[in-house]
Amino acid sequence: MLADIGLIAVGIAFLFSIYATIASFYGGRREHPTLVESARNAAILVFPLLTVSVVILVYLLYTLDFSIAYVADVSSQAMSPFLRVTALWGGQQGSVLFWAWMMAGFVMVVLLRKWQRNRELMPYVIAISMLTTAFFIGLVVFITNPFARLWHIPGAQDLITAIFKPANAMPYTPDDGGGLNPLLRHFGMVGHPPTTYLGFTGFVIPYAFAVAALITGKVNDDEWIRTTRRWTLVAWIFLTIGLVLGGRWAYDVLGWGGFWGWDPVENAMLMPWLTGTAFLHSVMMAEKRGMLKRWNKVLIILTYSLSLFGTFITRTGIIGSVHAFSKSAMGPVFFLFIGLTFLGSMSLLFSRWHLLKSENDVESFFSREAAFLLQNMLFLAITFAVFWGTVFPMISELVNGAKITVGPPYFKMVTGPLFAALVLLMSLAPFFAWRKQGIRNLLRTLLIPLIGSVVVTVIWGYMHRTHPSSIFALWIASFVTLAILFEFYRGVRARMTTRQENPLLALINLIQRNHRRYGGYIIHLGVIMIALGFIGEAYFKQETQGTVSPGESLTIGSYRLQFDNLREYPGTDGRDIVEASTRLYKGDEMIRILQPRRDYFTVQKQPSTIPGVYSTPGKDVYVLLVGWGENGSNTATFKIYINPLINWVWIGAIFMVLGTLIAAFRPGKEEVSYSIKTVELQPIPGN
Amino acid sequence: MKRNTLLIMIAFISIFSVVTVVYAQGKVPSDDEVNAIAKKLYCPVCPNTPLDVCETKACEDWRAQIRDQLSAGWNEQQIIDYFVAQYGERVLAEPQRKGFSSLVWMLPMLGVVLGVVLVWQVLKNWRSVRQSPIPKVSTVQVSPETMERIEKELREMK
Repeated sequence: MLADIGLIAVGIAFLFSIYATIASFYGGRREHPTLVESARNAAILVFPLLTVSVVILVYLLYTLDFSIAYVADVSSQAMSPFLRVTALWGGQQGSVLFWAWMMAGFVMVVLLRKWQRNRELMPYVIAISMLTTAFFIGLVVFITNPFARLWHIPGAQDLITAIFKPANAMPYTPDDGGGLNPLLRHFGMVGHPPTTYLGFTGFVIPYAFAVAALITGKVNDDEWIRTTRRWTLVAWIFLTIGLVLGGRWAYDVLGWGGFWGWDPVENAMLMPWLTGTAFLHSVMMAEKRGMLKRWNKVLIILTYSLSLFGTFITRTGIIGSVHAFSKSAMGPVFFLFIGLTFLGSMSLLFSRWHLLKSENDVESFFSREAAFLLQNMLFLAITFAVFWGTVFPMISELVNGAKITVGPPYFKMVTGPLFAALVLLMSLAPFFAWRKQGIRNLLRTLLIPLIGSVVVTVIWGYMHRTHPSSIFALWIASFVTLAILFEFYRGVRARMTTRQENPLLALINLIQRNHRRYGGYIIHLGVIMIALGFIGEAYFKQETQGTVSPGESLTIGSYRLQFDNLREYPGTDGRDIVEASTRLYKGDEMIRILQPRRDYFTVQKQPSTIPGVYSTPGKDVYVLLVGWGENGSNTATFKIYINPLINWVWIGAIFMVLGTLIAAFRPGKEEVSYSIKTVELQPIPGN
Repeated sequence: MKRNTLLIMIAFISIFSVVTVVYAQGKVPSDDEVNAIAKKLYCPVCPNTPLDVCETKACEDWRAQIRDQLSAGWNEQQIIDYFVAQYGERVLAEPQRKGFSSLVWMLPMLGVVLGVVLVWQVLKNWRSVRQSPIPKVSTVQVSPETMERIEKELREMK
């Protein structure tokens, strides 16, 4: 009964979104305000309707209504109530509904908040965003419906999943469900899908505004950029959080000692993040200098298409991957939609190409404009390398039938230098002036950080003589950090002398007065911290593996792991646990008892390796139980990693969130935006 | 197919011919030595999981095989070649730099070169706009009354 209501709500939402798309487009073309108004109301209603379905689905998952195929698939009696709720996005059907729901939410908020301000663009904003929403709701209704029931035809072997009763079929309710994939039962996986989806769907707003500006022909006006700046930042930071939570999950659950494996699904998330980051920077060029207008459109179209592509790869499993838990029939439809979105928007852009003109020019190759341009190029190059490596196995198979693997070594080798160049640019570009930057002036600004970073690097390099290749990376990291900190220092000192403020007040005022700039610096600091994690992984990671009997030890670096005993016991939610008790020594001092374990989920026949971790700011000692003596022997095999600097990845992510909040919102005051325009002076006639 | 069979036969023969020699030396390869090689391989069954960390039984067997080969005195390249001959190029973590696979390496580099050229062109273009001697100014028609008002307000501002 409840499921029927959910189904009907989704159905109505689908009709409304279709109606909103057509009515707003037609109303916009014919300048028919009442029709547009009506489309707006329909579009706003989509969200409450989908909310009804989502709430009902959550309720069904929570109360374990196993007559519903989706519930029987992802929920089970052994699961905690909390996990049952998160099962909403634990499988394909639920997550597509969840996706559509979030997107409808974004659209609703935009329509409520921005209705008065962007009257002319609005009809097309509704049309574009509702078209996409309609597509996703359509997937929910017709292809991957979470409210479909299980049916059994007497005599038949398999169960049938269908919305309506097939001929001769009896409803079927299993006693228990399959339950959420065990690997997903982790806080990272609870937070990762919603944040990622918020990021993906959030980009629909700048995209819809950009395309609306193209359709109306009001393209040279940069209003759409100012309107959507915060939306873009919000989408971007959610995508960032999603990426980091995914990394944290991989680190805690997948048991391979790292946080980023260049898996196709990770790459699929990284690509829109890369182009989105490029977009966030290049819109500043349009905002301040009226430049790169066409390029901004290309970037947002690309970002949004890649967001769809990311969803597509995750949810259709087209590229075999540990993430692709689901395979289904929605592949071709989805692929077609992405193709249409990308090609349609791009051809629209080209048809308006001549209308988009740069307003300004540049004096020097040595200017902020040039730095931005180079930065954009690097981001795009990395995106291309990632994209190419991700799809190449498919291409190779299509072209000459050869199945190949493109693994982490490729991605590290190709994107590593590009990322290094990007980070180096990150240290310099914020100090460049628009139009032209004098070298002497720049040197004066950066001399102290430069000297400081060289000193740090020399000391560090001396301490880590065995890894000469890491020295350059550490130099870049320390230079960027010092340059940013020095900038804060100068700003604070200036306020302290001119306004007699105390240091803390000066810092707060400094950030508040220029929140976009200093928010940006804080984000950059966060990026450097994450880069430290990658540097640690690339250059200083150590690992060893060995089999020991109780009382014996394994040694790695300055640490010694002593194996005490092994015990086996049943867990609460359908898992058998084998847990080793070990003691970690540094020198002669015992520092931590670690209990790495291997869980085996009996129903799903799936193992999960949970590490024992000793975590410090400098490094993690990460211990995995990878095997044990089966027949009477009481040995155990451990794999130990030393992961230097890895904690800085998580700390850096927090900095990025903080910086984004500061950059996006300034409490109390209205946004003041400036732009620099070149004005040609003309002598007054007669003088 | 025939070539593969031949390679495998050669591989097996070479195992048996060396086995005796090395076992006589009695050296058992450590897990770390096995993992160092396994890291560079992917089994065809478990997608995107390197062999050194994969938990499945199949991968365990592969690692055992690497251990046997190591104790039989094979070097790293021989072992990797053996797995490639046996299971195809996809067991390699890193695509080869020859044949069609080299495209995966070449295209991104080409992209970067192209990107740099493009950035250079755009910048040159921007500068030439700047340096071109045509400050094309549109003369705005202002009525004398307006002009006078502007002048007056300007005076008042001082």
